[in-house]
Amino acid sequence: MRMYGDHEFPGKLFIVEGIDGSGKSTQLSLLQQWLKREGYMVFFSEWNSSPLVKETTSRGKKKQMLTPTTFSLLHATDLADRIERHIIPPLKAGAIVLADRYIYTAFARDTARGVSPHWVRELYKFAVKPTIAFYFRVPLDVSLKRILSARAGLKYYEAGMDIGLSDDIEESFELFQGMIRDKYEGMVDEFGLRVIDATRSIEEQQNEVRAIVERELTEVPKRPMPAMDFRDY
Amino acid sequence: MENRVNNHEFEFYGEGLPEVDLRELRGRLIVIEGPDGVGRSTQVAMLKPWLESNGHAVLDTGMTRSTLAGKGIKQAKSGITLGPISLTLFYATDFADRLENEMIPALRAGFIVLTDRYIYSLIARAIVRGLDPSWIKACYGLALKPDAVFYLRGDVGDLIPRVLSSPTGFDYWESGMDIHLGEDLFDSFAEYQTRMLSVFDSMIDEYGFEVIDATQPIDAIYRNLQRRIGRLLRELY
Repeated sequence: MRMYGDHEFPGKLFIVEGIDGSGKSTQLSLLQQWLKREGYMVFFSEWNSSPLVKETTSRGKKKQMLTPTTFSLLHATDLADRIERHIIPPLKAGAIVLADRYIYTAFARDTARGVSPHWVRELYKFAVKPTIAFYFRVPLDVSLKRILSARAGLKYYEAGMDIGLSDDIEESFELFQGMIRDKYEGMVDEFGLRVIDATRSIEEQQNEVRAIVERELTEVPKRPMPAMDFRDY
Repeated sequence: MENRVNNHEFEFYGEGLPEVDLRELRGRLIVIEGPDGVGRSTQVAMLKPWLESNGHAVLDTGMTRSTLAGKGIKQAKSGITLGPISLTLFYATDFADRLENEMIPALRAGFIVLTDRYIYSLIARAIVRGLDPSWIKACYGLALKPDAVFYLRGDVGDLIPRVLSSPTGFDYWESGMDIHLGEDLFDSFAEYQTRMLSVFDSMIDEYGFEVIDATQPIDAIYRNLQRRIGRLLRELY
């Protein structure tokens, strides 16, 4: 069993982190488009996407039966499944794997919920260390404005309603996001997160991200993936 | 690690669970451990009415029965779709759900919690599947130290007739077929259970197991357990 920092693969793993509304997903998808055009094999892995664990997670969320500890363990199970299935094999094959959220999301959220910081870091020791972990830093008021104007309803767990910060879901969300942001800030040095100033224009941020990624790709083989043309079928 | 015999306050193995006040836990936690087919559930089924007839309220519980993750684990195992790390963590989720939502509330209410397996089976399965022992033990730092762990120790030769007397025979998982230890279920079962036994044996001192020879007849094991549990409850109350 290889632990964090011990894995060695020909492929590369780039991940994005940041609070909701930091614009990280937009940046990751632009990065993906560019890498494909450049002729790399690219594989995209989403947070909380393992089909089997997803069912349990959504049941637990719907019935509000998750504690901070089981919330943490279920997300760890999900990530382990994705790492065993969707991250390690493409990395072995020399692909570039992109992940929207990674272990640092768990560290930030779970410790904001009161889970022991040391325990949750031990729990995720199985994870592959990313080549670069980007952290999109944004002031809280900016991200809240983006999130709260863009969507209809906040969900119970994402607003941190389970830890009883406030009876008002919007206020709870704001407080919880602030706690998560503090946890991210505390991890910048601990894990060497690459900070991107997410208040700048999308283009400026993307140029910086591409420049950083490009420096890591000197030995990664280019093997264009066949474009699927459904008219042939 | 020592079990808490004369000390009436529970402890966690590691950092434990957030927001649990250990001083509130008034019940007792008794674990029956041992390999597949050794007769653990038979003993639990006999011990529960005995304890109840002596005036103790009893919660009996076992693995993969949690409301949260029990169903998902069964699905995962039937489709054989999880890798060793994910399966280990899914078990840990199931365990944590039962600990927080069944065992701790029962202990708070002063029950005797009698559990068929505890973290030790889960640790053993993970170690046999090649996972890092220190990692899996750190994950289970959330667990309470039980008042007693009775380890029903059998040998592989004894397990085989018991397994064959069940309608399903050799089970895929109990035979470790996911890690390809033998050509068929029998070969794999023998090798897997041998490895499981050696991991269990290695935990005797570390976790303070009380070893019970499970090659004896069922009622001899039962009397042995009654004697030990009776003594334990006299010491504790």
